[in-house]
Amino acid sequence: MTKKLLLSAKEIDIILHRLACQLLESHLDFSDSVLIGLQPRGTFLANRLLELLRKEYKVKDIPFGLLDITFYRDDFRRGDKTLAASSTDITFLVEGKRVVLIDDVLYTGRSIRAALTAIQSFGRPREIELLTLIDRRFSRHLPIQPNYRGRQVDAINEEKVKVSWVENDGEDAVYLISQ
Amino acid sequence: MSELSVRHLLGIKYLNRRDIELIFETADHFKEVLSRPIKKVPSLRDITIANIFFENSTRTKLSFELAEKRLSADVVNFSAAQSSVRKGETLIDTVNNILSMKVDMVVMRHPNPGAGIFLSKHVKASIINAGDGAHEHPTQALLDSYSIREKLGDVGGKKVVIVGDILHSRVALSNIFALQLLGAEVKVCGPKTLMPKHVESLGVTVEPNLRNALEWCDVANMLRIQNERMDMSYFPSTREYTRQFGINRKLLESLSKEIVIMHPGPINRGVEITSDVADSGQSIILNQVENGVAIRMAVIYLLASQIKQ
Repeated sequence: MTKKLLLSAKEIDIILHRLACQLLESHLDFSDSVLIGLQPRGTFLANRLLELLRKEYKVKDIPFGLLDITFYRDDFRRGDKTLAASSTDITFLVEGKRVVLIDDVLYTGRSIRAALTAIQSFGRPREIELLTLIDRRFSRHLPIQPNYRGRQVDAINEEKVKVSWVENDGEDAVYLISQ
Repeated sequence: MSELSVRHLLGIKYLNRRDIELIFETADHFKEVLSRPIKKVPSLRDITIANIFFENSTRTKLSFELAEKRLSADVVNFSAAQSSVRKGETLIDTVNNILSMKVDMVVMRHPNPGAGIFLSKHVKASIINAGDGAHEHPTQALLDSYSIREKLGDVGGKKVVIVGDILHSRVALSNIFALQLLGAEVKVCGPKTLMPKHVESLGVTVEPNLRNALEWCDVANMLRIQNERMDMSYFPSTREYTRQFGINRKLLESLSKEIVIMHPGPINRGVEITSDVADSGQSIILNQVENGVAIRMAVIYLLASQIKQ
């Protein structure tokens, strides 16, 4: 197994600042927008961006939620193991809002497809955008592209992209792991 | 792991503690789903479930059907009253006929104890026991324990008394198994004639006096007097039963602490419980009904996840 560093902590920090600025540019004061982190791994990125927007860029009252897509996945009963759900925490309606879905890695696009269905349980948003830290651009199964991306990565299917966060894995880093 | 140790839900007796915890954790997620404007998930859209009721039921059937529909399963209902069971068809034939129409899961209520277990050995589908005679009613016990966990934070270490007709009650037996698996202490209370012989062998204590039982417990689960199962007189009159084993406001207020009141329904108001108690803040009867849908969604979801394509 080989492990190659794709992004260091420093690079991730720069990218997070850029993504926060891009969000600001298009959403300004977030009065009509909501940020939704996808469970389980998108929540770290979502929390980081939320913190940046609040502290560094002084945006107040950004509606923020966490969405679990387990019950909306298209591979139920198709894998070997049952999928464990995480909790959803959305205390507002997204009716008429501009929703930004946040996930760490965009790979086949199937999770995002599930999230697009799941978010509709909370109303009909005005628009939905997608933000991902890593975009594995040649691996898509569905016509889904991010509106904001941290870094494009060209990886083959046998390779795995692992995003580590200080609060969960002890360091900020992105690795490309090949068997 | 996120998988049950069983393929059917026939009784609490066949589950382990981890199974129940997994069902509760999954039910937590479904409870959140049920609080959304759109209370439906698409997980089971390629699963068909038959609800086969050989015995009357209102809330259990409704609760199962809602749970199935909120998981997007296709649902067919069948009740014995209008069926060929009346014409002499056997249980296996009836169910196999239904299964040949490509049904993946069967929810069954039957007056005979063990009917679900029997069926699970002879047909391919996953079986959920929705009550088999005086044997078990596992989803009721799960939702009861889940409601206690919700109200008191944990089931472990709690003291629960089950009051009433223990002899004819599948709710009592399933509850005893579930509560003990989760680490609660259980007493039973009721007329001697409605107490099964050797009930102590289940690890419960018999407390013949209701006041003593209530003073001891954190939770009192009041069972319904099941007139339809009583083939003879077990107590002289309903009035006498109410005086000895009925719960009322005065009795509750005379206790040294506030206890939680449960009832599996349907309530005989004024018999085992008075209206002012049933509708009071101490009662979690309607929470039990609400939690029933989430618990049944969890059970169906977890069993369905084991049905391979």
